[in-house]
Amino acid sequence: MSKISVSDLNFFYGKAQALHDISIDIPEREVVAFIGPSGCGKSTFLRTLNRMNDTIPIARVEGKVMIDGKDVYEPNTDVASLRRKVGMVFQKSNPFPKSIFENVAYGIRINGIHKNRADLYERVEKALNDAALLGEVKDRMNTSAFGLSGGQQQRLCIARALAVQPEVILMDEPASALDPIATQKIEELIVELKKQYTIAIVTHNMQQAARVSDRTAFFMLGKLVEVNPTQKMFTNPDEKLTEDYITGRFG
Amino acid sequence: MTTLTAACAFGVIAVLIFVLGYIAFQGISSLSWQFLVQTPKPVGEGGGIGNAIVGSLILLGLASCVGIPLGIIIGTYLAEMGDGWFGTIVRFVADTMIGIPSIVFGVFVYAVVVLQQGYFSTLAGALSLALIMIPIVTRTTEEMVRLVPKSMREGALALGAPQWRVTKDIVIPAAMTGIATGAMLAVARVLGETAPLLFTAFGSRFYNIYLDEPMASMTVQIYNYAISPFEEWHAKAWAATLVLVTLILFINIIVRFLTRRKY
Ligand SMILES: Nc1ncnc2c1ncn2[C@@H]1O[C@H](COP(=O)(O)OP(=O)(O)OP(=O)(O)O)[C@@H](O)[C@H]1O
Ligand SMILES: [Mg+2]
Repeated sequence: MSKISVSDLNFFYGKAQALHDISIDIPEREVVAFIGPSGCGKSTFLRTLNRMNDTIPIARVEGKVMIDGKDVYEPNTDVASLRRKVGMVFQKSNPFPKSIFENVAYGIRINGIHKNRADLYERVEKALNDAALLGEVKDRMNTSAFGLSGGQQQRLCIARALAVQPEVILMDEPASALDPIATQKIEELIVELKKQYTIAIVTHNMQQAARVSDRTAFFMLGKLVEVNPTQKMFTNPDEKLTEDYITGRFG
Repeated sequence: MTTLTAACAFGVIAVLIFVLGYIAFQGISSLSWQFLVQTPKPVGEGGGIGNAIVGSLILLGLASCVGIPLGIIIGTYLAEMGDGWFGTIVRFVADTMIGIPSIVFGVFVYAVVVLQQGYFSTLAGALSLALIMIPIVTRTTEEMVRLVPKSMREGALALGAPQWRVTKDIVIPAAMTGIATGAMLAVARVLGETAPLLFTAFGSRFYNIYLDEPMASMTVQIYNYAISPFEEWHAKAWAATLVLVTLILFINIIVRFLTRRKY
């Protein structure tokens, strides 16, 4: 059974349809990269998976999103525990106005995951370590998260997402605002995280998609044009549209 | 353009310094320890504003205990959930209340509390001040809470936090500096109010801590000193004004310090 199974998903912002008949299956511990021109609905799609779009009053969803065989749009779905299971890292890093430690501890606290204070510390350190940030911040855990560089802030947000022990991680252009070195760190991190987590990552960087993903999905104008193993996608795609986009021969 | 704004800023600061300087100049001569601790006495026998300082602080404290939390709660509600018709009505009422002259609140509390009970009281005074504070705190809180970026809220929601925890743990702390500024505005505003207190707390010549009795306040005391025909009392009015302004300044500094950005 697939970890995530989306079938005939349509999505509307008011009257405007942003996603058309999307169907895709993502098995456990796979990294799927989502590429496509700006405004084609990549972020919208990602946000349907953890019901982040619920915060937009005019949003409407049709179709099925199954995670572990359960439809997340069932009326009795516990959205909070869904979001805990399906973590998200946003395009723009968005640390809380708290200390570095508290940023990571927050999710653990609200979900009551830790047994005691020592356990909380351990979990925070582990999450920071998994996000390849611990070494850089362990001497300043109680200073403001805003004192970190952009790349460090983004890794802090990744640590924050990891700390609540999700099973799926959604990443919306996690490296778009970062320099090549920070980007490389995040890519290495994704490859590392893949051993444990199912990952969906949106990126505008073709090389990045090629480096980190098992499969790549190409979106255009709200439609899923093609999804194939990354290797094939970049060498011999099925669709002409995909080829045009990847090779840069595009409007 | 920069020059112009700089000139305007300088002009405003100059006026402020002039006003403060003039108050200090007029008031400093009558200022003494006795003045700060004694109760008012007949002309020529000295006397001070000790009871009025205590009274003002009690009135302000009571009003703040009600007005500030209520204002923050209502303002947060408006920002987070107030887009419907109910929010629109609440916002309209708050805006209207801000525009109402303070004496009206005094008369209102006089009619519904003082007349019913048959006596002036500290509680009635504090209530009239709280009514002035609530809409000010409400509207500034709403503005500040709205300024907290959506991305920060989404970050917390994405961790599985329920909406009320996002508001309590992330949004309000992020807006705290601004909310405190709004609360300060309200505090400074009511600390300078005289009219509503004349109808409610009334005034007193004694030290008092009982909430169901009339209560002295600095503004009413300044008023009494200032409208008297005696030079000596006029000087006392200036001195009391100086104390009041200094007090507002200190409260400002303390609140700034307590709510300074830690993270
Ligand atoms: N909150 C919203 N309300 C209305 N329309 C929206 C909203 N968010 C996005 N849209 C529209 O939905 C479409 C898809 O947007 P989306 O953000 O999913 O694109 P994207 O593929 O992530 O683009 P980018 O690569 O630029 O991030 C766009 O046409 C956009 O204008
Ligand atoms: Mg996007």
